[in-house]
Amino acid sequence: MIELRDVHKSFGPKQVLRGANLTIAKGSSMVIIGGSGTGKSVLLKSVLGLITPDSGQITLDGQNVGVGDRDAFLARFGMLFQGAALFDSLSVWQNVAFRLMRGSLKRPKTEAREIAIEKLRRVGLKPDVADLFPSELSGGMQKRVGLARAIAAEPEIIFFDEPTTGLDPIMSGVINDLIREIVVEMGATAMTITHDMTSVRAIADNVAMLHDGVIKWTGPVADMDTSGDPYLDQFINGRADGPIEAVR
Amino acid sequence: MILLRGLGAFGAQVLAMLAVVGRLTLFALETVTHLLRPPFYGREFLNALVQIGWLSLPVVGMTTLFTGGALALQIYAGSARFSAEAVVPSIVAIGMVRELGPVLGGLMVAARVASSIAAEIATMKVTEQIDALVTLSTNPMKYLTLPRVLAATLAVPCLVGVGDVIGIMGGYLVGVTRLDFNAATYLKVTYDFLEFGDVMSGLVKGAVFGFIVATVGCFYGMHSGRGAQGVGAATKSAVVAASVLIFAANYILTEVFFSA
Repeated sequence: MIELRDVHKSFGPKQVLRGANLTIAKGSSMVIIGGSGTGKSVLLKSVLGLITPDSGQITLDGQNVGVGDRDAFLARFGMLFQGAALFDSLSVWQNVAFRLMRGSLKRPKTEAREIAIEKLRRVGLKPDVADLFPSELSGGMQKRVGLARAIAAEPEIIFFDEPTTGLDPIMSGVINDLIREIVVEMGATAMTITHDMTSVRAIADNVAMLHDGVIKWTGPVADMDTSGDPYLDQFINGRADGPIEAVR
Repeated sequence: MILLRGLGAFGAQVLAMLAVVGRLTLFALETVTHLLRPPFYGREFLNALVQIGWLSLPVVGMTTLFTGGALALQIYAGSARFSAEAVVPSIVAIGMVRELGPVLGGLMVAARVASSIAAEIATMKVTEQIDALVTLSTNPMKYLTLPRVLAATLAVPCLVGVGDVIGIMGGYLVGVTRLDFNAATYLKVTYDFLEFGDVMSGLVKGAVFGFIVATVGCFYGMHSGRGAQGVGAATKSAVVAASVLIFAANYILTEVFFSA
């Protein structure tokens, strides 16, 4: 279980998180929604330790994420970045097998390649993609490779940062379905940040709405449309009028 | 009032520069400490060695070849004023080995390598590849910085050594073909005049310049701003800072090696 308690984070004079509280149950898929610049990525990166909060507590299974063996902690996570964040200098299979070729999870090269090809197949890519370089792939294929890399070491927790941004609706649907299938199949805990409502309905067990640095509403995805929360209503219905100020 | 404001702005610039020097020093020290702590990424080191050393050879070679030739012409023209043309081989050799080889080699590597390292790492930062490395349990300082700094520290002295030879050959070609020196005499004077310390000082300078170039390139890449403008600014700052630091380090090392 991941718990965030009263997490604050500022960048200079700009307060991004102002006391965020959130609980993500083990094995569930939590989707965090909110407008651009509301701190969704900061929240996600704070859990991973890529950003250090100014105050508050983040725990994983009761343990503070800032203490203990960092490698062992990170080995429990997989992450799909917004732009896939594939390493340009490495081939596709080397990207997917990156974690399997170094550190505590190191395997022989041939085994790592086999696992990479199997994971590529799992995300719908053929083995002949394995020896290409990221620059030779389309945006959708890069996202799939990023997804294959995120699941390569079979992590307990997977984070997805804007998984469908920049993709056409059909490819977005494919990625959403893949994420849902993989999370269920692996029994992993998932945390996704997005402002794509189609993704929310496809991926989420639970939804949290982040606005103005705090979680305004959280609950099961089935309750989202009848929440009665004015912030959530405005956001999910895409209305310009409401408590969330829309800059025209 | 205007004067005070001007002084204040100047003071702020100086403080900002000192802060960068401090952060750069800490960055360099952290890089060095990673030398003592595994894991080490041998493949990244070998790749950096090829990129920094082998692929810089043509540009360093061409630079020193033409510089050696020009140096021979200049020294000949100057020494002819007091009938001392015979000093051309020895001064070309000492000038190349002690000063021009390492400094020009360092500057050319700074232009070629500091810029590419800064741009590559800055782009990795902007596209979240550095964050991805961290989530994949890989320390970016170990994976990106240490291999490049180590490779540059070892490769630049080799480039300087090759550049010294090519520069002296440039002087030799001009001396023999344009200034009517006897080929065998030119080479003998060069060989007899050079001392071990001359060559070693140039190679040590090369190692220091290589360390500076790669460390500065990595530092500005890791600390770049966002977007294309951030990558451009990081690249420019890396080349400028590496070049200035090479000149400063060259003066200090020359004082250490050759002050009376």
